[in-house]
Amino acid sequence: MNMQLRDEHRVTMAAGDLSIRVRNISHQFGEEGDPQFVRAMLETSLDIRRGELMCLIGPSGCGKSTLLNIIGGLLTPTSGKVLVGDTEVRGPLPQKIAYVFQENALFPWSTVIENVNLGMMFQGVPRAEREPRARQSLAAVGLSDFADHYPGQLSGGMRQRAALARALSLETGILLMDEPFGALDEQTRMVLGEDLSVLLSRTQKTIVFVTHSLGEAVYLADRVAVFSARPGTIKEVIAIEEPHPRKPSFMTSEKFTQLRNTLFALLHEEIRKAMEQSAASDRVAGRKGGPA
Amino acid sequence: MNAQRDRSRLASRGVQIAFVVVLIAAWWIGTTVGKISPILLPNPRNVFDELVDVIWTLEFVGDLRVTLTELAIAFAISSISGVTLGYLISRSQYSMRVFEPLLAGIYSVPIILFLPLYILFFGLGPASKIALGVTTSFFPIILNTIAGFGYVERIFVMSARSMGASEYQLFRFVLLPAAAPIILSGLRIGFTVALLSILGSETIASLAGLGHRIVHLAEGMDTARMFAYIAFAVAIALMLNTVTSALEAKARRR
Repeated sequence: MNMQLRDEHRVTMAAGDLSIRVRNISHQFGEEGDPQFVRAMLETSLDIRRGELMCLIGPSGCGKSTLLNIIGGLLTPTSGKVLVGDTEVRGPLPQKIAYVFQENALFPWSTVIENVNLGMMFQGVPRAEREPRARQSLAAVGLSDFADHYPGQLSGGMRQRAALARALSLETGILLMDEPFGALDEQTRMVLGEDLSVLLSRTQKTIVFVTHSLGEAVYLADRVAVFSARPGTIKEVIAIEEPHPRKPSFMTSEKFTQLRNTLFALLHEEIRKAMEQSAASDRVAGRKGGPA
Repeated sequence: MNAQRDRSRLASRGVQIAFVVVLIAAWWIGTTVGKISPILLPNPRNVFDELVDVIWTLEFVGDLRVTLTELAIAFAISSISGVTLGYLISRSQYSMRVFEPLLAGIYSVPIILFLPLYILFFGLGPASKIALGVTTSFFPIILNTIAGFGYVERIFVMSARSMGASEYQLFRFVLLPAAAPIILSGLRIGFTVALLSILGSETIASLAGLGHRIVHLAEGMDTARMFAYIAFAVAIALMLNTVTSALEAKARRR
């Protein structure tokens, strides 16, 4: 993929250069006593450095997507605050933060390029600038030839690349990705992960990436924040010291396996806890399947 | 593969045509060889001649104008009010919970039963037909509008908001296109039932219109001409339905 946004290599930033500061976030859904009451997050704090890729990983229902939505201003936390630069997040910050969602969030009634253009229109990019920027970001994800296709005509992997192009065209400093490859098969997500690593190593974006795949986390992240079971809080932050762009051979290295095992050990206990929780809440509520 | 599909489509079209031919032949034989009274079932040849006469003399124009005017007014009222009110109701979860079951409940009532009431209110003229047409078509239109706007996937709204869409942009570029296909099928259903109920109510009690003409001819035992008018009304209804379906399909194209 040829990327024309900015051709600088990712540099390690001084620890003081923070992009996102999460401070004592707690969040609950519903009121205490409600049958739907869920305490999703408890007193979570996290610092995300400028230009790093931070993976959030944890058992399902631990609140990692909740935290992402709180950072993105799509959800107001019950208590605590998030600072992006020096601004406190009180709603979406389209000039600073772009999103790639897990589900297919492209508008099915518009073509790929119309989707990208719409995003820029919402953000307030002048009309004349939109078309070249859209072409450029579609080229960056290798979708130039599919600009006039409708999302329904693309494969799942291509749709997520189009969603990434839409986010890139917004030229924000921060990119939030909520299990962007979650719905794809193993092979496709490996290739997309590789491409993403190459693509992002050339930009200076700060990325927060939610995943439930250990391999994806180790392969992509500069640091991985491991969540505990509900109510979610950050158990440990593991640094992955490996320069970007990462090669597929990294995946078979001893280092990769060790890091993956470390993460697995940290997660294992939490996943057991989460499963017991969801089984218990199923019994209480008399329904199948816990909250996602 | 394609040729095979074409051939099977051609075959089924052939069976359809054969079916109609057999039906008309049976009609023909029944009225010529058979001893069926022409007052009950006229000869197809006579019906055809009457139809040609109806069209050639432009006799149909007055009645067709009445029926189509009633339809146009009724559909304009029900589509504008149905879409507007449906949109307003879909704005809040609370009003959707209140109104959706209520409207669906009224929709299941046989609305033709209101006709005597409407004739009492509005008289025998077009007004009572318009009122009935509005009442029948309003419900499928408003219910589909609520369904269209009320159940837009949350992810579309979230992603538009995250990119900074204003309220107007959210409506124009997300809610409206997401809801359009469902609203359009509501409009098509509304149009069809409005036409049906207007023609039907004209046959029950009216002063003019295609339905009125058909009943008038039946009462005068002018059965062949009545059949000709029925065929004419069917052709008009088919044409209008084809046009609305084509418009819907065109607006839906993705």
